[in-house]
Amino acid sequence: MSYLDYKVAETPRGFRKLLALNWPLVFLLAAVASAGFLMLYSVAGGNIDTWARPQMERFAVGMVLMIGLGFVPIWFWRGISVGAYIVCVLLLVAVDVIGHVGMGAQRWLDLGPIKLQPSELMKVALVLLLAAYYDWLDLNKVSRPLWVLIPVLLILLPTALVLQQPDLGTSLLLLMGGAIVMFAAGVSLWYFAAVIGAGVGLVWTVLESRGQSWQLLHDYQFRRIDTFLDPSQDPLGAGYNITQAQIALGSGGWSGRGFMQGTQSRLNFLPEKQTDFIFTTLAEEFGFVGAGTLLALYALIIGFCLYSALTNRDRFASLLTIGIAGTFFLFFSINMGMVMGLLPVVGVPLPLVSYGGTAMMILLMAFGMVQSAHVHRPR
Amino acid sequence: MRKSPKDIVDSARIISRRGVMLGVIQAAVIGTLGMRLRSMQVEHADEFRLLSDGNSIKIRLLPPARGLIHDRNGVVIAGNEQNYRATITRELAGDVEQVIAKLRHLVPMTDAEAAAILENIAKRSAITPVSIGDHLSWTEFSSIAVNAPALPGVQPESVLSRVYPRNGDFSHVLGYVGRVSDYDLSKMENPDPVLMLPEFQFGKVGAESKLEGILRGKAGTRKVEVNAAGREMRELSRQEGQQGATVQMTLDAGLQNYAVQRLGEESAAAVVIDVTNGDIMSIVSNPGFDPNLFVRGISAADYKALMEHDHRPLADKSVQGIYPPGSTFKMVTLLAALESGLVNEGTRYYCNGALDVAGRKFHCWSRGGHGSVGAVESLMKSCDVYYYELARAIGVDRIAEMARKLGIGVEHDLPMSAVATGIAPDRAWKKERFDKPWVVGDSLNASIGQGFVLASPLQLAVMTARVATGRDVKPRLVRAIDGVPVSVAPFADLGLSPKNLRTAQRGMDAVMNAPGGTAGKSRIVAEQWRMAGKTGTSQVRNITAAERARGVTRNDQLPWNRRDHALFVCYAPYEAPKYAVSVIVEHGGGGSAVAAPIARDILLYALSGGVPPLSAYPAGQRDQIEEMHRNMRLITPMAGNTSGRTRA
Repeated sequence: MSYLDYKVAETPRGFRKLLALNWPLVFLLAAVASAGFLMLYSVAGGNIDTWARPQMERFAVGMVLMIGLGFVPIWFWRGISVGAYIVCVLLLVAVDVIGHVGMGAQRWLDLGPIKLQPSELMKVALVLLLAAYYDWLDLNKVSRPLWVLIPVLLILLPTALVLQQPDLGTSLLLLMGGAIVMFAAGVSLWYFAAVIGAGVGLVWTVLESRGQSWQLLHDYQFRRIDTFLDPSQDPLGAGYNITQAQIALGSGGWSGRGFMQGTQSRLNFLPEKQTDFIFTTLAEEFGFVGAGTLLALYALIIGFCLYSALTNRDRFASLLTIGIAGTFFLFFSINMGMVMGLLPVVGVPLPLVSYGGTAMMILLMAFGMVQSAHVHRPR
Repeated sequence: MRKSPKDIVDSARIISRRGVMLGVIQAAVIGTLGMRLRSMQVEHADEFRLLSDGNSIKIRLLPPARGLIHDRNGVVIAGNEQNYRATITRELAGDVEQVIAKLRHLVPMTDAEAAAILENIAKRSAITPVSIGDHLSWTEFSSIAVNAPALPGVQPESVLSRVYPRNGDFSHVLGYVGRVSDYDLSKMENPDPVLMLPEFQFGKVGAESKLEGILRGKAGTRKVEVNAAGREMRELSRQEGQQGATVQMTLDAGLQNYAVQRLGEESAAAVVIDVTNGDIMSIVSNPGFDPNLFVRGISAADYKALMEHDHRPLADKSVQGIYPPGSTFKMVTLLAALESGLVNEGTRYYCNGALDVAGRKFHCWSRGGHGSVGAVESLMKSCDVYYYELARAIGVDRIAEMARKLGIGVEHDLPMSAVATGIAPDRAWKKERFDKPWVVGDSLNASIGQGFVLASPLQLAVMTARVATGRDVKPRLVRAIDGVPVSVAPFADLGLSPKNLRTAQRGMDAVMNAPGGTAGKSRIVAEQWRMAGKTGTSQVRNITAAERARGVTRNDQLPWNRRDHALFVCYAPYEAPKYAVSVIVEHGGGGSAVAAPIARDILLYALSGGVPPLSAYPAGQRDQIEEMHRNMRLITPMAGNTSGRTRA
């Protein structure tokens, strides 16, 4: 709507859009993904077919998809935001009812060739909806209690559904991803202070509930908390993953052991080496130089997104870009914090690097929307 | 709604401010990650490098000794024994075939066995130790140890292995342990790492499986230094594990052994419950099998024999098998009727051998009829027509409700595998199960424990205990864990009128002790152990018209597997009930002739705390009983024996 105020005629048309894409972002994403291919090749013991090739094929498809979505006018995304959110909520409910159980949790919908994980889609849909909501909302209402309550409920609904599965990591991601959009939209800081205060209280209550009849988390989740606080307590049991991950990471040193020379992953000490713990192999084989470079690439991706958002005068486009970049930020910082022993192991993959088709596909589609926002920015 | 230019400017200003704040926070987080990375990879790299290179230092798990299982008197019924064995690790062995070839000079093995070991090694990962021989003799074991330098990758070790000193006596209640399979692991979330040890034993079925968490114990660890060939040079530190808890069962090894022998060759089950506290003194499914065979890995031939045996030794008839309870169900119908208030103990019906209902003739077992029958007499003579009349008067729902109250058609929480719920059918059940309305004929069949009614021997014993006491007796199998008794709350009153209970009890007493009772032959003559009981015969199938035409009119003319099941439930002493017993003999024929004497003998053994005195038996049977006891090879007297064959 507000776009009609801008000079739509000046936004590029047809194949000129290709030139207007945020190309640095495209190259940064490709660079991070390439690091992923190298690592997948390495952890498979030098076999390209195990993980690297399928990952490359999906990345290629994802890249085409991203650029394609970048051509779609930004107002289209605002138009579908409510519908996308409702569909995702329904899918989450469907997963609870008929979903597949994997690793003790119910997360997938089996749709023949692909296993759909609606919580992944929900992360994007939630950001879309919140961006559209604040675009629609009158500015001076943003911090009024009623108008704060609505987005909070919109966030809590999918969060609760995902927690039900139970998938603690993803529900936290949804919660924090939503919070980032609200923060960017200008909701009063007092609300955030209050929620953080309440959060601390909640954590205290959860820890207090242990062993009581009203215990709030599964026993294995409590054990993960214990192990997080003191991994050495149980080096061969629950603390095994994190201990081995840290050994791999630390032993990389300044310049690493060299490509395909990481002993921790080669000797199968590392758990889930191709998914959640892939960063440790990279850090082991390429050292601080390699791991620091990857971290810098991630930081640059965030930087380019933020810059694009701040120079975009359209509210929806800005919030969408900030929200997606924020979710991406949460992904890699939680994953890295987890393998470095700063955070508990919650099972969040390293975006674009960890093996996994649907997650990467959805991520690249989300960046397609970021591109769309960039291409169609008011001039 | 159009936005004013001012709004757009304001909005941009807010987003800029917040975007910058967000950027600062994100930069701080990324900075923290970078610092942590630097701290680990630059400052502390040497320590981590040491740990990583510490392939020279290995942490090995010490498997915990499995908790022992005792009977109620402290007799070990599941223990541990030393098992000398050797494992091989492919990565350390190098040329596996050559090592195995050398090993065959020390430990005799057939070509097939050697091939199987090689195949197993190839299947596992290079760093997993694979067993190359269990239960080695001391000579074999020590010769491997002495020749260790010539056998790279071979590790002789002494571990504990489960042993069941009473062989088949407890096969179904205890179950057995076995190797953890990949399938077992796939079903677990966060499996205990100790389960991954080669040949680690864990409970597969029965109490061994249900009590796994208590019995397993906690693994210890030891840090060892190994040389480049992987051989242990020295032990650096050791933290002992914790043995699993000793579980004391309510079972009595002596009584269990007696019951197994008394059931002999029959395909049968027997359950003995202490009605005062719910202790299961004995629970037998016959024939059993030797669980030690499963622990060591059963041979194909042995397994085939167990599978093809027509008495189904692997099936647990005591809790998993469900049968039509036949006339043993009549106490349920009678109590349901008396409690309904629609009939009373004085109600009489006339039995002329059959009852016509809805155009069908429902026969009494006595074709000639019993004449006029009252409540106590109906149990004593087991008159079917009396129960048909009761069922017509009160309807099936009251019967089903009473059955559940007395423990039939409800689940009993015992640490055994596949404990069956049985069926106490009512209108709602049939509607749901078959989508058909209940008809009066169904009620008549149910009233005498036929038709849809199904109960396990355990449930029949619980029912008897509840009829004997009027209390909500709950069966249990675990008496104490690590010496700490498991407490039992006093059983709640079932809320049945004492007068009605007494009528049912008097009926059961009359079955044994009144002239004309159906099981008078199997009574106990010692007055302090006076016994009450009830016979039952449940049809497996009707005699067909074709068979009738061939002249088959009696059950014992049928092939074994088509004959009726014989059932008997009883309790004693009559005035102060202590034990309740149920016995079922599959295809045994009649309850009074086959099941009653067995149940009586087991009950007497429990009451007298050992081989019963002959004076307790009716005079005419004493010679025969003495002869039978002489031929039994009973293992222990009931009390006083506290030493087991093996201990950990």
